[in-house]
Amino acid sequence: MDVATLFFLSSGLFLGWSLGANDAANVFGTAVGSRMIRFTTAATICSVFVILGAVMSGAGAAHTLGRLGAIDTLGGAFMAALAAALAVYLMTKAGLPVSTTQAIVGAIVGWNLFSVTDTDPTTLSTILSTWLICPLLAAIFAVALYKLTRWFLRRVNFHMLRLDAYTRVALVLAGAFGAYSLGANNIANVMGVFVPSSPFKDITLFGAAGLTSVQQLFLLGGLAIAVGVLTYSERVMLTVGGGLLPLSPVAAWVVVMAHSMVLFLFASRGLQGFLLSLDLPTIPLVPVSSSQAVVGAVLGIGLLQGGRTIRWRVVGSVSLGWVFTPVVAGIVCYIGLFFLQNVFGQPV
Amino acid sequence: MALPKPLSILRRTRVLEGEIDEFMDNLSQSALAFKRAVKIFMAEGRSTEFEEKLAQVNRLESRTDDLRRGIERQLYTQTLIPESRGDVLGLLENLDSILNLFQGTLWGFFIEDPDVPEELHGDYEALVEQATSAVEAIVLASRAFFRNISAVGDHMHKVMFYEKEADKVSTKLKRRIFSSDMDLARKCHLRHFVEMIDNIADRSEDVGDRLAIYTIKRRF
Repeated sequence: MDVATLFFLSSGLFLGWSLGANDAANVFGTAVGSRMIRFTTAATICSVFVILGAVMSGAGAAHTLGRLGAIDTLGGAFMAALAAALAVYLMTKAGLPVSTTQAIVGAIVGWNLFSVTDTDPTTLSTILSTWLICPLLAAIFAVALYKLTRWFLRRVNFHMLRLDAYTRVALVLAGAFGAYSLGANNIANVMGVFVPSSPFKDITLFGAAGLTSVQQLFLLGGLAIAVGVLTYSERVMLTVGGGLLPLSPVAAWVVVMAHSMVLFLFASRGLQGFLLSLDLPTIPLVPVSSSQAVVGAVLGIGLLQGGRTIRWRVVGSVSLGWVFTPVVAGIVCYIGLFFLQNVFGQPV
Repeated sequence: MALPKPLSILRRTRVLEGEIDEFMDNLSQSALAFKRAVKIFMAEGRSTEFEEKLAQVNRLESRTDDLRRGIERQLYTQTLIPESRGDVLGLLENLDSILNLFQGTLWGFFIEDPDVPEELHGDYEALVEQATSAVEAIVLASRAFFRNISAVGDHMHKVMFYEKEADKVSTKLKRRIFSSDMDLARKCHLRHFVEMIDNIADRSEDVGDRLAIYTIKRRF
């Protein structure tokens, strides 16, 4: 791989790093913030499972993103990923919660506008509808899981210390599942735009197992996410606890599970095939926002408890972020592409 | 051989659960020993049997102190129950202070040897009965706090009931003391013991009030 290719990929790696730094907190934030799990344990599990999810199950959601805008030049892909990363940075700087999914979708639409490519309305509406369905589904899962867990715990009456031990183990398992789902679903945000212009070639190891060019791309993106988790997520994890609603460790487990199930549903080709085989309507394989899933799950629990403890001001700023992120990313991408094409003479 | 981490957490947890149970057992046994000791004192004064009961309460107090320190150290060094450990610490320290009251009152009987008129023995024993019943109820409520949070309330109302009963008995007893023709020094001495015993019920109620808050905080 030449230096120019690596340079173009760097914006995707930067986006991956920021996703790792921010979204790992959705998976392990409450557990680490409440000191149920040590940061090093959480970061190690998160990194390993993010990479596994990205390489093994990342293709489905990336395919949908490719349909939204098949960016066929490395320069265009570089600017889309950079615009998304800058939007994430700017929104974070402004103190607004941000979703990398929305940022990359906004950036792709920005590229479509600049390159006068039609945006597929079906794909766009599918993606936009998931932005509403994702938090809603997470809320429904969280409420159901919360009720089920409460019913179970009232029957078994674990000793407080034993419940604490079981919760720790459950948080680690849910975190691993969450990290896998995050990798599977969100790798499309990081590397999806580079798929049509992937600089890698398929590798076959020992004549059988191998990695496709896309899987190599996702492995690289997964590593970037893992670096983000290991280097920068600790601070986010320690500050994330109790943002919207103070949660008990068991409720935190419910939130992580609901979030992970939603991300998994929107990334699982196996489930899609299973539903197809039963002639049932399928769930679109779309990159959804990990933060939105968590917000949905937490709000679900908050509403179940009567809604008195929900900090509505934080909910308001979260909603504001959902509207601004794609718009900011789209504008930044459009302006960036203009400069890349007209000032640096790069094909976009 | 070192156990895998999840197993070692569960093993450590089981040991700690046993220590908390032993702590509660000791407090409950102290209440029984205290009740028996006062009965013996009323009947025989500072007899050998009374001294044996005093020694028993001393041993229980010392062992419970060790248990409390060990539990607190483990909760913090192993960062167990991070959400509730401050509350558990407060609960154990407050329960331990009830045991200190048992010990202090019995030492008071032993050192000061109050001269209790026979016609008041029944009232003193009734006061001890109410105070130790309040302690028994707070021990049950505390056990429920660890094992079955929804059952805490079932025991808590009994703590309040016994405390109020103890107040009634102590007021009646003080009135009887001060309406008698004993000299003032003796009256004050006897009142001092009434207040020491009544204080045990009051402390149980205080622990109950705190426990009610801890319980609200722990609800899932």
